[in-house]
Amino acid sequence: MQFGIFTVSDVTTDPTTGATPTENERIKAIVTIAKKAEEVGLDVFALGEHHNPPFFSSSPTTTLAYIAAQTTTLQLSTSTTLITTNDPVKIAEDYAMLQHLADGRVDLMMGRGNTGPVYPWFGKDIRDGIELAIENYALLHRLWTEEFVDWSGKYRTPLQGFQSTPRPLDGVAPFVWHGSIRSPEIAEQAAYYGDGFFANNIFWPKEHYMRLIGYYRQRFEHYGHGTAEQAIVGLGGQAFMAKKSQDAVSQFRPYFNEAPVYGHGPSLEDFTEQTPLTVGSPQQVIDRYAAMRDHYGDYQRQLFLMDHAGLPLKTVLEQLDFLGEEVVPVLRKEMAKNRPETVPDAPTHASRVAAAALRVEPVETEAVSS
Amino acid sequence: MTARRIAVVSAGLSQPSSTRLLAERIAAATQHRLQAEGIEVELDFVDIRDIAQDVTDNLLTGFASPRLEAVIDSVTGADGLIAVSPIFTTSYSGLFKSFVDILDPDSLTGMPVLIGATGGTERHSLALDYAMRPLFSYLHAVVVPTAVYAASSDWGSDDAGTLAGRIDRAAGELAALVRESDRSSQVRDPFALPAGFSPVGAFGAQ
Repeated sequence: MQFGIFTVSDVTTDPTTGATPTENERIKAIVTIAKKAEEVGLDVFALGEHHNPPFFSSSPTTTLAYIAAQTTTLQLSTSTTLITTNDPVKIAEDYAMLQHLADGRVDLMMGRGNTGPVYPWFGKDIRDGIELAIENYALLHRLWTEEFVDWSGKYRTPLQGFQSTPRPLDGVAPFVWHGSIRSPEIAEQAAYYGDGFFANNIFWPKEHYMRLIGYYRQRFEHYGHGTAEQAIVGLGGQAFMAKKSQDAVSQFRPYFNEAPVYGHGPSLEDFTEQTPLTVGSPQQVIDRYAAMRDHYGDYQRQLFLMDHAGLPLKTVLEQLDFLGEEVVPVLRKEMAKNRPETVPDAPTHASRVAAAALRVEPVETEAVSS
Repeated sequence: MTARRIAVVSAGLSQPSSTRLLAERIAAATQHRLQAEGIEVELDFVDIRDIAQDVTDNLLTGFASPRLEAVIDSVTGADGLIAVSPIFTTSYSGLFKSFVDILDPDSLTGMPVLIGATGGTERHSLALDYAMRPLFSYLHAVVVPTAVYAASSDWGSDDAGTLAGRIDRAAGELAALVRESDRSSQVRDPFALPAGFSPVGAFGAQ
């Protein structure tokens, strides 16, 4: 079971001080936050990709490579990589490059992006979002698993004998998660490839995600990758903590009330009741997230959103201390209790290299027969 | 197959509300028509005022509270819908439209709908046909020909041929459609994939 943080990379005014960090301050803060994540014992840092203000993260591999150079164990991921508007050829190249530099500590989460105007900036149309996600990933998957690729599709120029470089580290592609809030097509896609499925879990009631994850697990088994309980599931989450729960509520409320996405809407009380956002003592966060497996089954990755809505860097680092020192060590023990042996851990480069070594190489079979 | 369920949505703001009163009279008339044919009718009343905060929250966050989710399920899974709004500034009320806006655009396809409205003067009665009817047409609902408008003067009129007559005619039209509906007994698959969907796309399998 992996624990970590994910960020959407927003540059937001701190509603309690009126101060807005510069892009440079926020970019440097993200690096500090990622290093802190490793320092407090977290496993994963995932960075979003956006091409419009108020977000800064247009170039995730640059940032992640810089972080990779300053960390040793942290798994670097994305939340999400835009499989719709990016050229899959460039994704194949960029993330294979990152995979080499980070010694395999890389995976990705595919997402579509829900901002209509961004698509035409990259020559695409949001109405083709699902089709783009399906076709582009089909190509990306082939570029990483086949040496030379002939390709003809609807959304990019054809390829003849194209080889993306560098080849994935040790011949094994980075593991891929697919993130979706509501589309069964994406759950189906993740199940088809035996890839991971990530439910962001932070904006909607858990019942919604329980249905979607249940569907993915069922289809994962259908496509022959293992049993439903062996499907690779990741969840988002959100917490704000203080020693005393009332202090957490009073400190977080002004950020909640002004937050992008849900600000000026439901009350903090309603939102914490209806979604996995937990504002309170570390023990309350432990109790809430230890119960997630009861709803979704044993899963592989839990990421928390900790640095949004204008929270200053100092506060975020304090929150990471709570998370890494008080919450995650207990959650690791809780999640390990009664976890069936057959439920796999989240795939890593090492586990994927080992799995690939066990597979029969079809090329050799051909060579023998000819 | 002898039971039907009708959702009755009213968007009146005051308590008591003439909009709710009109909705009740239309609902009772429809129920009466169907019962006369041996069909049991369950009526689910929804006052949007009671869920106004939930509707606004849904617009802002993109998800429905459990309470609102139950209302949406009750409305979209009914055999028929009676929708009544006050007319404000030439059209249905903003709160009424907000509720319609949070429904899945496909969720009312084929739904038998009777539209009604209330207003201070009969001069606004055409709002039903130039605003409310196109709204439901866009959603591919089946709107019955007679729409019922009740102005303040209708409530004090002793001319039985006006409001009561329009309610009865509209109720008859709705009852005929609800009688044939099997919407409330349909099983919906929220994960139904579009026809022809392939997880590798049209070209990726090559």
